[in-house]
Amino acid sequence: MTTIPRVLEIRQKVLSKNDELARGLRDRLHAHGVFTLNFVSSPGTGKTRLLEETLGRLVARGLRPAALVGDLATDNDAQRLMRSGVPVRQITTAGRCHLEAEMIASHLEGWDLGRFDVLIIENVGNLVCPSSYDLGEDLRVVMLSVTEGEDKPLKYPSLFNSADLAIITKLDLAEACETDLAAMRENLQAIRPGIRVFETSAKTGAGMGEWVSFLGEQHRIRHAAREATAE
Amino acid sequence: MERPVHELSIAHSLVSLVQQQLPEGVTRVTAVDMRLGALAGVVRGALEFCYGIATEGTPLQGSTLRIVELPVVIHCPECRADRPLEGLAFRCPVCGRVSGDIRQGRELDLASIEYDDPEAASA
Ligand SMILES: Nc1nc2c(ncn2[C@@H]2O[C@H](COP(=O)(O)OP(=O)(O)OP(=O)(O)O)[C@@H](O)[C@H]2O)c(=O)[nH]1
Ligand SMILES: [Mg+2]
Ligand SMILES: [Zn+2]
Repeated sequence: MTTIPRVLEIRQKVLSKNDELARGLRDRLHAHGVFTLNFVSSPGTGKTRLLEETLGRLVARGLRPAALVGDLATDNDAQRLMRSGVPVRQITTAGRCHLEAEMIASHLEGWDLGRFDVLIIENVGNLVCPSSYDLGEDLRVVMLSVTEGEDKPLKYPSLFNSADLAIITKLDLAEACETDLAAMRENLQAIRPGIRVFETSAKTGAGMGEWVSFLGEQHRIRHAAREATAE
Repeated sequence: MERPVHELSIAHSLVSLVQQQLPEGVTRVTAVDMRLGALAGVVRGALEFCYGIATEGTPLQGSTLRIVELPVVIHCPECRADRPLEGLAFRCPVCGRVSGDIRQGRELDLASIEYDDPEAASA
């Protein structure tokens, strides 16, 4: 049997299925008034420690947070966070280097979203892979510790460029590491012009107040905007 | 330990997307065309390697993956023009104005496929 070669134009995003799921998830979270963040950074930047500190402070402000924590293999991070009493679930990716929208959806099952104001997702520590996957978050927060070198944003432009906010972590170690903070800020701005940058130490609490007030304010503004359009 | 690579997940997504789009009765895809932006966060060589694995045992097995790489293009509000970036810094290569207004560079798109059409031959 002979066959005839044909060309078929498709023009679709390769990750369109993930994108669709993420859009659905975002709508669902918004319908319940949940403000969602996706924390991305290299391994060890301080995502879990900052998350721990953030959850406690959100509770102290009268907000109701929850967290999903991605990890390649262990549930150490989730165990640590559960001590705070805030609802926390672990997503073990079994070697996969990033979270996908489907994993978020399946791990939210059984949770009453109406009981949460803020959902924080800790992505797998990786500066490359998470950049292509929308998780339905409102803000993607990239973290960079003062111990990592000022040029990280230049080395991993895809992820840094995809972020809405940046946090420079472990500020208490800046002096010991002789970190050039001005260069770090400049490199962030070079890759993502106009990006808002917070500087924190989860250890000493420096910058934490400003960061958590920002979250409270964002939740309030977004919630009010949705209430207004719903009317 | 095997280094986790998201290019394998992406290759699997690509294969299932092609299979969904494939007209009924088609059993052999000969080529797949993709557009890959410089900011997509995907390493071309790794994707090409993973494509071979992901296509095994599917109608795409043995097909050619053709990738068109796209540079980052920003819009310069000063020049009122779209400018391809030179290097990494997000500034207009003509006037130097900083701009994060990206018009191209995040693509991770399936453009088209080529396949053998048995229907057309028998008709
Ligand atoms: N001095 C200091 N140490 C910190 C700070 N934040 C985190 N650390 C330490 O840095 C190490 C890594 O912190 P984690 O919060 O586990 O980092 P992570 O980003 O969650 O790591 P992965 O989940 O493995 O990607 C731990 O030993 C923390 O105690 C900080 O603000 N100051
Ligand atoms: Mg962690
Ligand atoms: Zn210009």
